[in-house]
Amino acid sequence: MNAPLRCLAVLCSMLTASLALGASEDTIELHDAPDRDLVAARCSICHSVDYVPMNAPVFDRAGWQKSVRKMIDAFGAPISEDDAKRIVEYLGNNY
Amino acid sequence: MITRRRVVAGSAGALLLAGVAGSRAFGADETIADQLLALPGKRPLIKRSFRPPNFETPLADLRQQFTANDAFFVRYHLASIPEVDARTWRLRVAGASVQRPLELSLDELKRSFEHVKLAAVNQCSGNRRGLFTPRAGGVQWTYGAMGNAMWGGVRLRDVLNRAGVSKDALEVVLDGADQQVLPATPDFVKSVPVDRALDEHTLIAFEMNGRPLPHWNGAPARLVVPGWTATYWVKHLTSIRVEPKAFDGFWMKSAYRIPTARFAGARFASQENAETTPITEIMINSLVTSHTDGQRLDRGRPAELAGWAWDGGSGISTVETSLDEGRSWRPATLGEAPSAYSWHGFRVPLDTSKPGPQRISVRATGRNGARQPEQLTPNPAGYHHNIIQTLTLEVA
Repeated sequence: MNAPLRCLAVLCSMLTASLALGASEDTIELHDAPDRDLVAARCSICHSVDYVPMNAPVFDRAGWQKSVRKMIDAFGAPISEDDAKRIVEYLGNNY
Repeated sequence: MITRRRVVAGSAGALLLAGVAGSRAFGADETIADQLLALPGKRPLIKRSFRPPNFETPLADLRQQFTANDAFFVRYHLASIPEVDARTWRLRVAGASVQRPLELSLDELKRSFEHVKLAAVNQCSGNRRGLFTPRAGGVQWTYGAMGNAMWGGVRLRDVLNRAGVSKDALEVVLDGADQQVLPATPDFVKSVPVDRALDEHTLIAFEMNGRPLPHWNGAPARLVVPGWTATYWVKHLTSIRVEPKAFDGFWMKSAYRIPTARFAGARFASQENAETTPITEIMINSLVTSHTDGQRLDRGRPAELAGWAWDGGSGISTVETSLDEGRSWRPATLGEAPSAYSWHGFRVPLDTSKPGPQRISVRATGRNGARQPEQLTPNPAGYHHNIIQTLTLEVA
């Protein structure tokens, strides 16, 4: 690698380091609304909650209802019936 | 059982390298930029989900004949993903239709069987799900849940023959080291028909493009089922069972299914019912990699449209382009492909002499006569997106 290229590589790695902050699932922010913490806590047992905004263009309330049922019935998510209702309510209202 | 902590540590190590890789519509009133993030050992890829990790290859990294190992897409269903130690890894071959159960170390696997190499496309069943109309739930992939690689390993057939396959064998059941977080969640276990398992091209691969398999692509060994979608290419392979009956796990009976008799491709008779059947072969498809929709071309400067065409292994017979919304088609130049299961390069010169927009469509036809359609075949999971791609290019 010649000198200018090496210099560029160093600059790139510095840039990389400076941008590396906050690139984990902990930075995903769900919309602030009632039961957000419940949704985050239950869903993130098995998966990061970026699945929520990713599927926002796809699911209406009925779609979210079906999805939450699948998590409970097919994947064994430990979610009570009352919590399931609140989760669907949050997702239907906010995504 | 691997703890969640370990997996979280892996994803927390992802590097955010660029904020915007293009944006997609996100709900009625918001857009979310795609994030380019680097998993450990990977270059920045489009992050679809952190956990389980689902990362898509950007178009710019799909321009080579073989997709770089560190650019190859990553797809997991379950979030407990161990870093498998190749020295202690064992592959078990057993089941009710096996005569002599085997247990092989990686060294034994490499030492005991003939080495073979095969170029093949590895494509997620849900590639382009994010482009589906009507929308389909799941990981919202665009074009990059696929790649082409030179897979190196041994034939599954040779391993099965060493173990001895009984005449009553119906399916071969495959499990990998990745696991569910909760005991109640079904483990990701797949099966293939015994004749597909015994096909000479079905491999247990430990190399990808001449290098050991990357962790995120199934180290130390994975199944390669060329021509079939990637759901069958079980990663971190640890168990092969040959059974006289249909495997009834969730990932066969409920997931990865399409409407029966609506799509061409191999039948998986032992798993089929009147309504649905497992997805099997990759459908004829093509992808422009040289340009993106809306791109500007310099007037008078020579330009060439280029990309790839592939199918489930019949090979590509023609790639054609149309400048009039599909009323007339002209053949593009088709390159040599390293195998029928590889993608095949195509290129065609663009006319940059006149200013203004031009619409260019691309369609591929396989050696089996199958041709890319204009319309999607609806299916709830958003599989088999292979419609003709049309780009608008602006000469200025």
